[in-house]
Amino acid sequence: MKEELLSIIEKNSRIDFSELAVLLGTTEEKVLNELSQLEKDGIICGYHTLINWEKTSIEKVTGLIEVKVTPQRGRGFDNIAERIYNYPEVKAVYLISGGYDLLVILEEKSLKEIAGFVTDKLSTLDSVLSTATHFILKKYKDHGTILNKEQKDEREVITP
Amino acid sequence: MRNFLSQKVVDIKPSGIRKFFDIVSEMKDAISLGVGEPDFDTPWHIRDEGIYAFERGKTFYTSNSGLKELKEEIAAYMNRTQGISYNPSNEIIVTVGGSEAIDIGLRAVINPGDEVIIPQPSYVSYVPCATLAGAKPVIINLKAENEFRLTPDELLAAITPKTKILILPYPNNPTGAIMEHSDLEKIAKIIIEKDILVMSDEIYSELTYKDKHVSIASIEGMKERTILINGFSKAYAMTGWRLGYACAPKEILAQMVKIHQFAIMCAPTTSQYAGVEALKHGDDDVKMMRQAYNQRRRYLLDAFKKMGLDCFEPFGAFYVFPCIKEFGMTSEEFATRFLQEEKVAVVPGTAFGDCGEGFLRISYAYSLDNLKIAIGRLEKFITKLRSQS
Repeated sequence: MKEELLSIIEKNSRIDFSELAVLLGTTEEKVLNELSQLEKDGIICGYHTLINWEKTSIEKVTGLIEVKVTPQRGRGFDNIAERIYNYPEVKAVYLISGGYDLLVILEEKSLKEIAGFVTDKLSTLDSVLSTATHFILKKYKDHGTILNKEQKDEREVITP
Repeated sequence: MRNFLSQKVVDIKPSGIRKFFDIVSEMKDAISLGVGEPDFDTPWHIRDEGIYAFERGKTFYTSNSGLKELKEEIAAYMNRTQGISYNPSNEIIVTVGGSEAIDIGLRAVINPGDEVIIPQPSYVSYVPCATLAGAKPVIINLKAENEFRLTPDELLAAITPKTKILILPYPNNPTGAIMEHSDLEKIAKIIIEKDILVMSDEIYSELTYKDKHVSIASIEGMKERTILINGFSKAYAMTGWRLGYACAPKEILAQMVKIHQFAIMCAPTTSQYAGVEALKHGDDDVKMMRQAYNQRRRYLLDAFKKMGLDCFEPFGAFYVFPCIKEFGMTSEEFATRFLQEEKVAVVPGTAFGDCGEGFLRISYAYSLDNLKIAIGRLEKFITKLRSQS
């Protein structure tokens, strides 16, 4: 049940317990128990909403920053990652294999603010060797959802 | 002018679905639960393989019975899902959808006057295909109290010395019924005893919600008596690609290949390349779709229970087949009024045989959101009917 439950709420976190129970062919009580266990175990980390900000009048700029760092003895990358992810404007930090070490995703109101973060805060950290900043121009798909996709049923209305 | 038309064709009744389709397509804002094909797009990696086939210039005929690579994948699939080994070089043919396989399979074995046993309610093509092949269709009216499974007694009562072949349509369109291993064993025993053939239409084999589908061909002594039909339409959401196949004993298959080679030549080449990709890497897609269908199935059954609508629990395909006898209307009256008054299209059970009277086929090849709207309207409609009686 766990895997199926997770795959449903990953797409629709607003679904209520009784409907979840019906879809999974189980009882509300079991759903409730499973959900609270998943939250306790830190498997479910939050219930977010996917927003296409481009359609609002609110200005938002997303930057992807590739960061090369010197790992620290005994702590590897964890220490430097923590120093970066503690900034609230940082939306995501990933340790990456390949040409650089950390991928930092930053959301700000303007390019200037992102530039400010990179030059003032990120580059000045001791372990940071270099950064490369990319700006997102358009989001086509986010969290497995294709944005701006028109849903149209192409099928004939009745078929055998 | 003379009447040039073939009397055999003129005598075939047009599909009951067609009539209903004409009414529905006139209505602009109707929602439909009448579709017999998946709502998912063909998974992208399969479509991409089709595009790649075009790019590489794979635009020529394949061999009549199909691309060697595809037949080998089909053989591997039959082996891993059913434990049956078919020889890809002479026991498998790739067809233009499962429908073509039904047609040529019947034509390959029928002599004038042979009887074809067809359990109903079932897919609309069996009777016309049998008739066109020159056979006499013998109908078995399946019963709701048996969950629309075929029972040994029903089969025995239909067999005569002229019986050539039984069509076994499970998982079933329109009822959603399945036949489990124990059911099939009893049927197989009769088939062998009475020395007849089976055409097992397993196009919905990947869509079962209890145990995994079992093919009658996997039962001892049945492979040599079974024309097994399957295809890509339902499992991989590939209806428009027109790709199906049949597995059969080589003596029968050779005859099928002859008809296919003269009437069709070969199945679409691009589709065949896409089919290879589907069988090689499509398992996860099937699993995802099966899970989504199952959730919708549970939702509908729960909704019917809440509104007190009688419906057996179907474990296959993507249809539910609720009973509407309590309203004292024919299926067609009910479906027509439901469409006119609540703007929801469902298919009357009678489109799949006379014994579908009193039932509706409701397809759940629709998003949950869509189903919820439609079910809301159904509840309103039957509340109205109940208050009037």
